[in-house]
Amino acid sequence: MTARTFVCRCEDVTLGEVERAIAVGLADVEEIKRYTGLGTGPCQGKECLSALGRLLVARGLVPAAALRPFTARPPVEPVTFGALAAGATGPVAPEDPSR
Amino acid sequence: MTAVMGRPDTALPADVDVAVIGGGIMGLGLAYHLALLSGTGAKGKPPLSVAVIERSYLVSGASGRNGGGVRMQWGDAGNVRLMMDSIELCKDLAQQLGINLWFRQGGYLFLARSEAGEVRLERNVHLHAEVGAPTRLLTAAEAQTIVPQLDVAEVRLATFNPEDGVVFPWAFVWGYAAKAVERGVLLRTHTSVTRVEPLARGYALHLSTGEVVRAARVVNATGAWSGALNRQLGIDLPNRPHRHEILSSEPLKPFLDPLVVDLSSGLYFSQSTRGELVTGISLPDAPDGSDESLTLHSSLRFLTHLSRTLTRLMPITAAMKVLRQWVGPYDVSPDGDAIVGPSPGHPDFIQVCGFTGHGFMMAPAVGRLLARWLLDGEAHPMLARWSPGRFAAGGMARREDMIIG
Repeated sequence: MTARTFVCRCEDVTLGEVERAIAVGLADVEEIKRYTGLGTGPCQGKECLSALGRLLVARGLVPAAALRPFTARPPVEPVTFGALAAGATGPVAPEDPSR
Repeated sequence: MTAVMGRPDTALPADVDVAVIGGGIMGLGLAYHLALLSGTGAKGKPPLSVAVIERSYLVSGASGRNGGGVRMQWGDAGNVRLMMDSIELCKDLAQQLGINLWFRQGGYLFLARSEAGEVRLERNVHLHAEVGAPTRLLTAAEAQTIVPQLDVAEVRLATFNPEDGVVFPWAFVWGYAAKAVERGVLLRTHTSVTRVEPLARGYALHLSTGEVVRAARVVNATGAWSGALNRQLGIDLPNRPHRHEILSSEPLKPFLDPLVVDLSSGLYFSQSTRGELVTGISLPDAPDGSDESLTLHSSLRFLTHLSRTLTRLMPITAAMKVLRQWVGPYDVSPDGDAIVGPSPGHPDFIQVCGFTGHGFMMAPAVGRLLARWLLDGEAHPMLARWSPGRFAAGGMARREDMIIG
């Protein structure tokens, strides 16, 4: 692996960028996600999260037993606005006439 | 060389001049401006020692969870002026902070579908002209030339301000953090303040690590979490948390310039510089009432309600995919105005809270004016208006009706 190896292929986050996040003092998967954008693309971290976790454990930054994935965000897989709109129940939302 | 951000092991001294609780945009923006103004030893004073204490990771709260909208289109002259200052500051902030803030001035397009909305937009345009904000009234057809994909059948009137825009919130927070640390601010993360003990002068902050830090002045910059700290000191303020949901879509090629707001439904959507559609809506309270619990769970009710409103106004979105949804807490003040300044009965315990969902965009201006007040006692018209003492004094006045979401 080189500094230019992609750790997160959805968001083009390289190993070098993860190394820089660690160098500025970050060691938590949630903060590294928010510093680099890792895990915020279409696969939602399914591919990159384990690579990041492995790196943090290997560096001694996080004990393996304490490692947690970042919060899973719904939906499980991408869903169209059209499909979701069809799932709305009740009458079309009453809109605030004062607005 | 990139500056070190906050760390869980930053050493804190036993005494500091100012302790800021909360490492969000307000706390970090304030710390940055304090360091900037006092670091030079201006007016013969020694530099202030400033510590920021964050209970979790940076950007863990509302500062990392908002839509990044930045606008001067408000219904009240004070807010318009404040946001003109903030946007002016944003223009060269990326340079100052040495980080890409993804600031893009694509404007804000407000749509009115009711007579009441129309009246508000007409009033705004007159007000903005007086204050000097370049907002203009548009017909529905003109709005459609800015966003061709809009279904404007129900739109009666619109306004557009080309100076409004969007930023990427995460980068903003990292930028303030790095520059504050570079200028000597002590930034401790993953450490909470478990007890605030009043002293004859100042406060002793008892930390979750067992350490105690004494501070001559303490700033409560914990937003929706501020009530618990205030209650420890018997400070009774009426701001309350409110869950606000938001989502982003798959990234697409740039196609949408402005952030669009539909006044009737409270729907807003913009395209971030990363290409995602970022969108939220005013969600009526669940049948069991408003949720002030600070639990950050997402709901299907939000997804379906938003999707129905969005696909009616912007039919092309029906084929776009939702990628991720999340929640952030608004810190809602009953009159919509922030709560900033000395606390009732505790003049050295300073609030910077109650921004009602709009703190992020105001933070650049607020950080600067609050730093000036803390250092030199410099007055600002908004500080008089935001006084935490106004509720007890019966000085609450609802001035603003352009609160979105």
